[in-house]
Amino acid sequence: MNKESPAPILDRPNSYVGRTLSRDAAKRAVAGRGRYTDDINPARTLHAAFVRSPYGHAKILSVDVEEAKQQPGVALVMTGAELAEMCTGPWVGTLTCFDGMKSAPQYPMAVDRACWQGEPLVMVVASSRAAAEDAAEFVMIEYEELPVVIDKETALDPDTPAIHPDLGDNLAFEKTIETGDVDKAVAEADIVIEDTFTFGRHTAVSLEPRALLAEYDPGTERLTIHTSSQCPHMVQAVFARTLGLPEHNVRIVAPDVGGSFGLKIHTFGDEIATIAASVKLARPVKFIADRLESFATDIHARENRVRGRIAVTKDGKITSMDIDIRSGAGAYSQYPRTSVFEANQILNITGGPYAHENYRASTQVVYLNKVPTSQYRAVGHPIGNSVGESLVDQAAAACGIDPMEFRRRNVMHDDSYPRIGAAGIEMRDMSHQQCLETLVERMNYDALREEQEEFRKKGVQRGIGIAAFIKGTAPGPSGYYGAGGAPIATQDACTVKLEPAGGVICMVGVTDQGQGVDTVMGQITAATLGVPIESVRVIEGDTDAVPYGGGTYASRATAIGGEATYQAALKLRAEILEIAGVLLQAAPETLDIVEGHVVDKGDTVSRISLAEIGRIGHFQVFELPNHVQPTLSATHRFRLRDALYIFTNGIQGAYVEVDIDTGFLKLLNHWVVEDCGRVINPQLADEQVRGGCVQGLGGALYEECVYDAAGQLQNATLADYLTPMAGEMPDIEVAHIQTHTGVSELGAKGVGESGTGAAPAVVMNAVNDALRPFGGKISSQPMSPETILKALGKV
Amino acid sequence: MKAPKFNYVKAESRSHALQLLDELGEDGRIIAGGQSLMPTLNMRLSQPDTLIDINKIPDLGGITLDGNIVRIGALTRHVEVANSPVVAEHLPLIAEAMPHVAHHAVRNRGTIGGSVALADPAAEMPACVLALGGTMVVESVNGSREIAAEDYFHGLYETARETNELLVELRIPAKKTGDISVFMELAQRHGDYAMAGLACVARINGNAFEGLRLVYFGSEDKPTLASKAVSAVIGQAWSEECKEAATKALEDDLDPMANLQGSSAMKLHLQKVLTGRALDTAIERAEAA
Repeated sequence: MNKESPAPILDRPNSYVGRTLSRDAAKRAVAGRGRYTDDINPARTLHAAFVRSPYGHAKILSVDVEEAKQQPGVALVMTGAELAEMCTGPWVGTLTCFDGMKSAPQYPMAVDRACWQGEPLVMVVASSRAAAEDAAEFVMIEYEELPVVIDKETALDPDTPAIHPDLGDNLAFEKTIETGDVDKAVAEADIVIEDTFTFGRHTAVSLEPRALLAEYDPGTERLTIHTSSQCPHMVQAVFARTLGLPEHNVRIVAPDVGGSFGLKIHTFGDEIATIAASVKLARPVKFIADRLESFATDIHARENRVRGRIAVTKDGKITSMDIDIRSGAGAYSQYPRTSVFEANQILNITGGPYAHENYRASTQVVYLNKVPTSQYRAVGHPIGNSVGESLVDQAAAACGIDPMEFRRRNVMHDDSYPRIGAAGIEMRDMSHQQCLETLVERMNYDALREEQEEFRKKGVQRGIGIAAFIKGTAPGPSGYYGAGGAPIATQDACTVKLEPAGGVICMVGVTDQGQGVDTVMGQITAATLGVPIESVRVIEGDTDAVPYGGGTYASRATAIGGEATYQAALKLRAEILEIAGVLLQAAPETLDIVEGHVVDKGDTVSRISLAEIGRIGHFQVFELPNHVQPTLSATHRFRLRDALYIFTNGIQGAYVEVDIDTGFLKLLNHWVVEDCGRVINPQLADEQVRGGCVQGLGGALYEECVYDAAGQLQNATLADYLTPMAGEMPDIEVAHIQTHTGVSELGAKGVGESGTGAAPAVVMNAVNDALRPFGGKISSQPMSPETILKALGKV
Repeated sequence: MKAPKFNYVKAESRSHALQLLDELGEDGRIIAGGQSLMPTLNMRLSQPDTLIDINKIPDLGGITLDGNIVRIGALTRHVEVANSPVVAEHLPLIAEAMPHVAHHAVRNRGTIGGSVALADPAAEMPACVLALGGTMVVESVNGSREIAAEDYFHGLYETARETNELLVELRIPAKKTGDISVFMELAQRHGDYAMAGLACVARINGNAFEGLRLVYFGSEDKPTLASKAVSAVIGQAWSEECKEAATKALEDDLDPMANLQGSSAMKLHLQKVLTGRALDTAIERAEAA
């Protein structure tokens, strides 16, 4: 804990910061009164449906839409070529920060060639979605099938055709980093462990699918778009620029958003098409992705193969790690955030908790005829942590050292910050040792090991897993998006206003998708200003209302938006005290605000209420001397300065039971100890961690987008693509260590992805702990029963 | 994901439904609980001309004990079967299987007749009906006929029911004193279609199986009676050797179909594991009885 808080106002007794408050939005959602994009139905709304490529790769020989246009209710049928004419140009999903990266030009709907099954080709707009789907069946397209590239391992072979011949080959990006001298460390090591890990493709599966309602008003040339988005300003920029519209004429509103998980920081071709239809028809046009479309068009992620190696001394000191990544992207790099962050993050974070100084990581990202990949919750971390933590476990076993003790000997020391990690990135304000010891306590680790032994004697195979982790949160402008040239803000802002009746309006650029961002911003505002939480209203998700910001991604909302809110509230507080000082003829520094009233410092008797100040400041301004001109409004922007990320850290534990005859797993217990800095709302932080863990466990156990050799997605339904359900999930015990980050006064770091990042690693380690006496080992995810039976040699 | 246009007729009575079925032939499709049909309609995987809704037919549901036969109307919802004291007492195999049938929401609406009529190879009810030696009663405008479960399930979603016939009732022999039943299935998440499953009915004398029916589901193209595995067990004192012989013999009974959940070899392995466990459990239950 910090000795002296830079934000003492938040540490007062009964502060709203650090307190569990329930979300207003939760009450609405559970009562079925949420207002999602699809709940908004302006008069004369039309509905879009898409003809999508049935092939993984095909040349489009001809498109005949005449019969489709004649179908009942049809207002517009638009081909890819027609849409391309309405666009300023194709997307190219590269960022300048990724040296040598290449991607083919991509139009919102394919023009002459389809490169993945599900790529939009023709849009049909009709009076209802059903009518649009009916008419879409009359669109006649002649195709010539082209060879598909499906296997990332052979994608760069000389005899594999290039998906985009102009690029020369299927390589999107490659990169190698090295610190220290890995070869020397390996040569001198007592023990060297190598393994190869594979990870299946996942997708986000948000409960509310992608959704967009575009309303173009030809009179004012204004375009209003309601869409289920995490990043209203980013999509404003992308939509406006793609269609050649002035950005300030495009209003983006994100109403209730039913889950996002990174999916909804992206823009998609079918969305551009829907907007174009509204512009062309001057009518509201709506597109709601159905579940099939979600699987076949939402970004995918996680398809990676990683070869890893760890070198250790026989007394259990890690001397080096090196990894080689082959990352399977889709047919194009996703615009504008690219498809290479995942591989880059694996490279950044593998082995990140440990103090070794020799590290080498190389990656090649290759194009495949599959759905484009991009950022999905905890980008790259589930993979990097699974690789690093499995190698650590294997090394510990080879040394004959308990895996907890092995980590204790190797994690970075809590008193060693700031320091540069093995991947060359600065780390500060972290707490691996404290987290580890807390986990030992929470798990009752030694007793659990004894229990495991007792069960083994009875023929019940249980495993205990440990996985330490780091997590890059809240990226700064010197990093990828800022330096990479994308229209994506890494700063964020807040405007706080005192209203005439004493209410407070807090407008933030960060957005809520159900995790409680609005509640957290309200708590920070109320605590800083000294007003009851009920008097604060938070507005987010509307580009016409809120100050420009990046929105919610990369665990940044509280870390970046929270600091902006805190500072804006401090500014408003200072103005209120100044006005109060004039009215009360007191020095502002002798005054304080408590429960919506200005009081003498140390006292609780109201000298003037904020409602009075609001009244005077807005209506009876003559009561103030001429030199005092109230604004009663303050804006603050916050960005990281030099840091690439605010790194957080933590450690997870898992206890599982493996049925070695069937390969079935039972998750018994799960623990997370993590350090997200200052916790604003303990319950929301806990639930973020729990939900994140479950998402990670889904990937570890069930989820995979399976493609056949022809590039056909085999399991695009929720009956076939299994997601985790409550019945199979363990209780997840969460503890927070709060080492405030020094980069802000608020001290909060990101928390939303910490569960996801290490849950796959810890459960894989637990399974392998259970299998170890049988000589079995799992190095691939998802860990299906068949994977486990194969590891045991039973199938 | 919107269904294409179709005609909809609410059948007022059994005879009305039969008449519609006869008139429409292949163009007509019965909808009962809709738990399997509705998704395929919405995904445009099936595009029937006319849906014949049988939900309001008054005398198509209900569970009664008729002598030593339990009669279950085809329109009986899974939840009614699950909560039925008659089923609990006289068809304990089905009672044991019911919690594995999807989830509450599906069981509230889905019907036992729909499950048997669809004949999904991974569904629980067809396997139970076959294990219990039940009979399906189907009706058409030409009258009714009874089809033994052994003759009813032909293959993947294929049954002996003709297109103009309506499944109206299941007749299932009630448990006799001393009958032991065991139901087991393996699904990664509760309520999913089974990766492998087994419905078992046995008569046990001391430590030996005198009579045994083993029906496997989730691995073959239809619920499948195993004869060779049964032969390896009948009349023998139950032992590890006997278990091994039974699971070995099962290789000749089954020829599992691979799917996204696993390979043929894995499914066979799982069915073998379930066989051993089910028969162990049967012996335990006989001892406890």
